[in-house]
Amino acid sequence: MKKTVLNQVHRDAGARMVEFGGWDMPVQYSGVLAEHMAVREAAGLFDVSHMGEIEVSGPQAFAFLQYATINDVSALSDGQVQYTALCYPSGGVVDDLTLYRFAADSYLLCVNAANTDKDFDWLQQLLKETDYVELQLINRSSEYAQLALQGPKAEKILAELTDSDLSSIKYYWFAEGDVVGVATIISRTGYTGEDGFELYCPAKDGVKLWQALMVAGGPYGLLPTGLGARDTLRLEKAYALYGHEITADILPLEARLAWITKLNKGEFVGSQALIAAKEGGLKRKLIGLKLTEPGVPRENYPVFCDGLEVGYVTSGTLSPCLKQGIALALVEADCADGEQPLQIGIRKRQVGTERVRPPFV
Amino acid sequence: MDFPDELKYTEEHEWVLVEDEIATVGITDFAQDQLGDVVFVELPEVGDQLETGKPLGVVESVKAVSDVYAPVSGEVVEVNSDLPDEPEMLNTSPYDDGWMIKIKLDDPGEVEDLMDAAAYQEFIEQD
Repeated sequence: MKKTVLNQVHRDAGARMVEFGGWDMPVQYSGVLAEHMAVREAAGLFDVSHMGEIEVSGPQAFAFLQYATINDVSALSDGQVQYTALCYPSGGVVDDLTLYRFAADSYLLCVNAANTDKDFDWLQQLLKETDYVELQLINRSSEYAQLALQGPKAEKILAELTDSDLSSIKYYWFAEGDVVGVATIISRTGYTGEDGFELYCPAKDGVKLWQALMVAGGPYGLLPTGLGARDTLRLEKAYALYGHEITADILPLEARLAWITKLNKGEFVGSQALIAAKEGGLKRKLIGLKLTEPGVPRENYPVFCDGLEVGYVTSGTLSPCLKQGIALALVEADCADGEQPLQIGIRKRQVGTERVRPPFV
Repeated sequence: MDFPDELKYTEEHEWVLVEDEIATVGITDFAQDQLGDVVFVELPEVGDQLETGKPLGVVESVKAVSDVYAPVSGEVVEVNSDLPDEPEMLNTSPYDDGWMIKIKLDDPGEVEDLMDAAAYQEFIEQD
């Protein structure tokens, strides 16, 4: 199993470790609920060094990325970040990712840990199949540690450790700066729905940055936070997770990702299939459901309408903020927006739900 | 971690306290620690007949669903009705406020098959 540079730090902090996407990662430290609420009310620090980083640079980097990804890369300025995805020609998703533009000919893709090699191979294959030659594709994943500092106190905590003007970095923008002597990409992004930063630094400096943040954050109520809270936090905000809401068999248009699928930007990988699917009418739709009775919906539980199975739960949990079961479910399009009540099958019961327009919190 | 001497234990991490042919049942300190924050509990109903080794209910943490198994056979005579509203009692007080059900034993001799505290502690250390 792969380990991040912070593996021993997590173990020393008493974290419970689990295998995630081939990595030995902390799932919780003090407890999922306490960590979840720390991020909503103060701040949490996540080790996300398992995420992959792929550099794309050179004169044809822009044209290649515009072809390989589904969002419109021409909308980006230097220092800006974009949420996007790679699709197969079928329209199914290879991976979702964030795209960083350093310059017109210099980009960094931050991809899901378990998909790093698959994405890199996919991009290389696309390069071979096309005429783009004046660009470099480099897997830089092992060179970076990545920490996510998330929560309403994130800016105050980070400000204690850097001279960079954090207030000038807007949501989904980034800057390069010095944090406790460490050269860091300071990105105002995250996966929790709270204000915060994703900090990329050289792998060798990951422990130093983590420890400095934990010390600076102590007075603000900063807690180390694990994958358990990361999942409940993203689900309350209805953010998609690869392998759940997005897979090779689910179109981004079905998964509430039409807003990043720029069908009129010109041809890109998957565009023909996606345009055809839109014109033909989507057959399935991802919706938010909240239980009206006690219970915890979980992945793959069936969804019923009038006694018939019409879909399944892609992700579910008990919302720590609402103290109710919440779920994202992929259901037949006819049932998605109707008035007919939907139920989730939990063991032998069919539990009542109400449709919720995401986010849940 | 705490394993009171007056209780008996199962390999599925339930505890049993026997008083006058009534067995009180819950999950152990080890079980609650492994589960993490408990957020949902499903209990049987009074009058249900339980069979040793068969599921009696369900405990769910944020991340996982776990069956709870009947450590002994018998009829459910009482359930902790506060537990579904306050499932966190399984974490904070697994042996007291977090008790789950009381069973009228079919065969009081069955309890002799369960582990004592020392044997259970040895069992989880090996596991």
